[in-house]
Amino acid sequence: MLEVTGLAVAYGGIRAVKGITFHVNAGELVALIGANGAGKTSTLKALARQLPAAGSLRYEGRELAELAPHELIRAGIALVPEGRGVFARLTVEENLDMGAYSLSGRAGRQALARGLERAYALMPRLKERRAQLAGTLSGGEQQMLAIARALMGEPRLLLLDEPSMGLAPLMVQKVFEVIREVRAAGVTVLLVEQNARLALQAADRGYVLESGEVTLADDAPRLLADPRVRAAYLGE
Amino acid sequence: MDIFIQQIINGLVLGSIYALVALGYTMVYGILGLINFAHGEVVMLGALTAYSTITGLLGLGVPLPLAALAGLAVAALLCMAVGYTVERIAYRPLRGAPRLAPLITAIGVSIVLQNGAMMVWGRNYHAFPNLVPERQYDVFGATITLLQVLTVLLAALTMAGLMLLVLRTKLGRAMRATAENPAIAQLMGVDVNRIVSLTFVLGSALAALAGLMVSANYSIAHYYMGFILGLKAFTAAVLGGIGNLAGAMVGGILLGLIESLGAGYIGDLTGGFFGSNYQDVFAFFVLIAVLVFRPSGLVGEKVAERA
Ligand SMILES: Nc1ncnc2c1ncn2[C@@H]1O[C@H](COP(=O)(O)OP(=O)(O)OP(=O)(O)O)[C@@H](O)[C@H]1O
Ligand SMILES: [Mg+2]
Repeated sequence: MLEVTGLAVAYGGIRAVKGITFHVNAGELVALIGANGAGKTSTLKALARQLPAAGSLRYEGRELAELAPHELIRAGIALVPEGRGVFARLTVEENLDMGAYSLSGRAGRQALARGLERAYALMPRLKERRAQLAGTLSGGEQQMLAIARALMGEPRLLLLDEPSMGLAPLMVQKVFEVIREVRAAGVTVLLVEQNARLALQAADRGYVLESGEVTLADDAPRLLADPRVRAAYLGE
Repeated sequence: MDIFIQQIINGLVLGSIYALVALGYTMVYGILGLINFAHGEVVMLGALTAYSTITGLLGLGVPLPLAALAGLAVAALLCMAVGYTVERIAYRPLRGAPRLAPLITAIGVSIVLQNGAMMVWGRNYHAFPNLVPERQYDVFGATITLLQVLTVLLAALTMAGLMLLVLRTKLGRAMRATAENPAIAQLMGVDVNRIVSLTFVLGSALAALAGLMVSANYSIAHYYMGFILGLKAFTAAVLGGIGNLAGAMVGGILLGLIESLGAGYIGDLTGGFFGSNYQDVFAFFVLIAVLVFRPSGLVGEKVAERA
């Protein structure tokens, strides 16, 4: 579904991503793990066309560079950015409505109603808070909202940037439950995480990113058992 | 005649006009973080375009109400086109540049617009025709003219319409989302450039209406009128809290009231030393006071942005 070849991102002279190659098959949940500054966020931002990048990004057979950034969601790609990025001055429900911005007409209205129902069923807390400004939600609630909002556009490929960051363990569990459900519903997921254990437990396959390069790529269970991963990312 | 009530009425009329113009400043600031100092000149273009259209049509024997409506429509269209073009050619290439660059550009744009207008309409003052019958009403010992009533009503209706658009429609939601975080709005499928263009176009339409109203109320239009008016509306926007729509409206009305009450009483207060021709000074006192004591404006942001 997604085929990335030789992706490179540089900030001025700093080469954050140095020509990485990876792919995500339809229906898969793929984890991209790595330490701080490894280049995970840069990779996702390049996919979301928020950064100039070199290399080939093929999505469903076409180059992402052919699309303007605001057309990605219509092409089926949604990103939950690092640090959530909910619209603090919009209400919870307005945030969700924004998620469905790309859907229009009668079909759009139906999708919106369907999406709201699904979001509220998945996360009842959001329903209680729907008239509240999103900026007043707790960090975990904001993360839930960011994920729910990304799903409103009915994406086929969901990019998640550290959804567990800064959350209490119970909330992390809840977030991963939601990710599993999303995946079970048929959405392909590319998950960026520092919490390698959780990410690899949920994933089919994984890539390890170190200083802008892919150093390991394997099935998730094998990565979990790999001594190098265990030493560097699982604290063993 | 009751001076106090009379000045309140005059202040409301002036304030509604300031509010319309202040909205243009604040909308652009909200979306781009840019102070579009050329906005006052758009008001001037609206006034002069309306002047030419209306006098031209009256000369052809078109009835007054029709000519007035046509004047408003032509002025609005021209101002929208100017606002759109200015953003496209002057500001868009500077998106992401240091803040000083677009600010200086804005000053350059106002010089261009002002001198362009001078070339078209000359340096003279133009007598603006009366648009509505000169009817007067008594309220609590003061008089209010039909024109004043219409000015305030039309301004209020326009602002209510704008608020409905911004608060209740999908487009308005996208505008607010873009104002808060354009990169994320883009992820949701919002074409940020379109929203920016729309913001300029909407603000310019309000400016055209304001230009027509100023000229109708003061019976005059000239190429230099946009400068001081723009500065005052900017003051109103800062007073209310720049970037905040409700703030621009509150700030506009308040500034109108301060100015006209100030002008009404300054003579008495200073024993006749300063006359009402010092009216303009109040706006700048207000600007300085707000910047010193409450830079976020009266209607400050109350939302805590939690991490
Ligand atoms: N805007 C920027 N300007 C300059 N350097 C940047 C910028 N953004 C990121 N970098 C650098 O690029 C490298 C990769 O950053 P990136 O944000 O992709 O890392 P990451 O893997 O997401 O890290 P984390 O786990 O801490 O989020 C880092 O060394 C970072 O300092
Ligand atoms: Mg990151």
